Amino acid sequence: MSGEAGQQAPKASRPRATTSSWRASWRRYRREHRWLRWAIPLAIIVLAFSYPWWGLEGPLSFIFNDGLGIDNDTLFNMSVYVMLALGLNVVVGYAGLLDLGYVAFFALGAYTLGWFGSGLFSTRDIHFLDTNATRLPGIHLSFWAVVILAGAVCAFAGVLIGWPTLRLRGDYLAIVTLGFGEIIPDVFRNGDSIAGHNLTGGVRGVTQLDRPGFGDTLHNATGGILPVRYNSLELRPWFWTILVMMLITIFVNLRLRDSKLGRAWIAVREDEIAASAMGVPLMRTKLWAYAIGAIFGGFAGAVYGSFINGIFPTGFSFQISVIVLVMVIVGGMGNIWGVIAGAMLVSWLNFRGLDKIGEWINGGIPGSGNDIAIAKYKFGIFGGLLVIMMLFRPEGLIPSSRRKAEFAEGEGTATLYDVRT
Amino acid sequence: MADPGAKNILEAVQVRKEFGGLIAVNDVDFVIPQGSIVSLIGPNGAGKTTFFNILTGVYKPTAGGVIFDGAPISGLPPHKVTALGMARTFQNIRLFHNMTALENVLVAMHSRIKGGVWRSIFRTPALKREEQGARERARELLAFSGLPGREDAYAKNLSYGDQRRLEVARALASEPQLLLLDEPSAGMNPEETANFTEFVSTLRAEHDITVLLIEHDMRVVMGISDRVTVLDYGEKIAEGLPKEIQHDERVIEAYLGTAATA
Repeated sequence: MSGEAGQQAPKASRPRATTSSWRASWRRYRREHRWLRWAIPLAIIVLAFSYPWWGLEGPLSFIFNDGLGIDNDTLFNMSVYVMLALGLNVVVGYAGLLDLGYVAFFALGAYTLGWFGSGLFSTRDIHFLDTNATRLPGIHLSFWAVVILAGAVCAFAGVLIGWPTLRLRGDYLAIVTLGFGEIIPDVFRNGDSIAGHNLTGGVRGVTQLDRPGFGDTLHNATGGILPVRYNSLELRPWFWTILVMMLITIFVNLRLRDSKLGRAWIAVREDEIAASAMGVPLMRTKLWAYAIGAIFGGFAGAVYGSFINGIFPTGFSFQISVIVLVMVIVGGMGNIWGVIAGAMLVSWLNFRGLDKIGEWINGGIPGSGNDIAIAKYKFGIFGGLLVIMMLFRPEGLIPSSRRKAEFAEGEGTATLYDVRT
Repeated sequence: MADPGAKNILEAVQVRKEFGGLIAVNDVDFVIPQGSIVSLIGPNGAGKTTFFNILTGVYKPTAGGVIFDGAPISGLPPHKVTALGMARTFQNIRLFHNMTALENVLVAMHSRIKGGVWRSIFRTPALKREEQGARERARELLAFSGLPGREDAYAKNLSYGDQRRLEVARALASEPQLLLLDEPSAGMNPEETANFTEFVSTLRAEHDITVLLIEHDMRVVMGISDRVTVLDYGEKIAEGLPKEIQHDERVIEAYLGTAATA
């Protein structure tokens, strides 16, 4: 929570001429009022959790639900993408590893749910605290256990993929990760007959997935607050679930950023040779970034798979990797608040915004013929957005102070020569 | 000052490095007695920095070996060499430019603090204490190296001299027994150079650190070195006390050249 929240405290200081003194006085105000340290995050969290009451329905629904089209579905999708963007932020923003195959972990997380929370292996009959109404054939572990398992599987896969690839640098790493992002959905597509076993459901994917739930005991113990099992009619618990997971992601992001590991990530991004000469083990440090990013991708994948109640290899295309990367870049690499803002903006545009903008244009501009399908130009628009960002604000919407400094660097300060690396 | 009976903290035996057909370091034998200040000099392109990079693990020697504190280290990656107690600075400053001075120093403590992912996420009391201690030490080191009060300045915003100081502070943060300085006085004015020479002597006297210096400034070299080794075209052409080196014919020839090679 740094200076970007400065506008929210009009009483904090007398108006000054420049934003920098604004920020300085805001920072001073915050130092003097320690309670703001927890009050502001708390207010934001309460606001986010109560969205169904003021945004979906209620006083502001005419703006958010009707105007911007942020309904239950869109809200859930946006939250999933915020989580993905925060996961990728560890890899790209902190450690500076350009990963173009992040969708692989999203997919793997979803398929982990397919393996441990569906009837895919219908000849098996394994149950552990699952909350289904009847005893279904297949492997059904508790949804929460599956989520953790998805994180573990993705971390393992991250290390496995990272081991050979993270030795590469820059463009080469990007190309290899892009390859993995393409390979993994293909493996799932063709995984319906591996040595005679159907492991992934092939092109038909996996359907009828388990849903989150707390079971009868917890339901009764909390007086009916925690649902026995989520359903597709009452969507608010889904949103709250992903919100809690998002908060955990943010918390871990923040804590790691300020740790020994976080410093090592930035050092590796800045100068690998110097970092390793100062005692930072390069592979270990990068693998941690990759694995932690993968874990969050896995969490998001498992919840997403359950929400749409179907996992298909076509659902995990290269486009997702690109869109998540666009979110991180547009928002401001390395800054959590920037990444969240970028993810919300881009995912809103992706799921509803472009449709809505199309409606406004078609309805508002006479003679437009009411038939401009803006959403069809989606990737053209995102490409354009990225180019515009790179030209006018390469550090992102809300950059970290470090990134801002990086982009402010003149050519004159660039190193002219270098030892062979 | 180098006691002849002292053990050698570092021994390089027949070290050789080839880049394709170029022999950058040609079978060099080299020792650093514990507690001494040893200088490595030679004309440009003599292989000094390559030799440095072999000692610190950036390069693997083509042949020969390096023994540090009694254990062979050639082939170890740089971070392991650093963990064993060898630290270095770079000829062309390689700070983490977009990190603060304090963060730069903290990074170098990597092999000396425990950290731990779970401990960091939950910020356990033990971890808090460790971080606090590390920050405290980092501040002390910055003050000791002549950068008091500059903790929160981004490295790239420091003046050239301060950047050099920060490089040394950062190297010291890894708690080395042997400190390798690659042309530390490059770009310094005579006063700064004199201060720096003093600083290096203090390091040895008060912190018990052995120093290997690559240096072009002969006043520095002759002023503080116990021994001097001269490289030319990758070969060791002379070794001895500063006084002896000053009058060595091959050294004079290497620096000033003869009619045939000038």
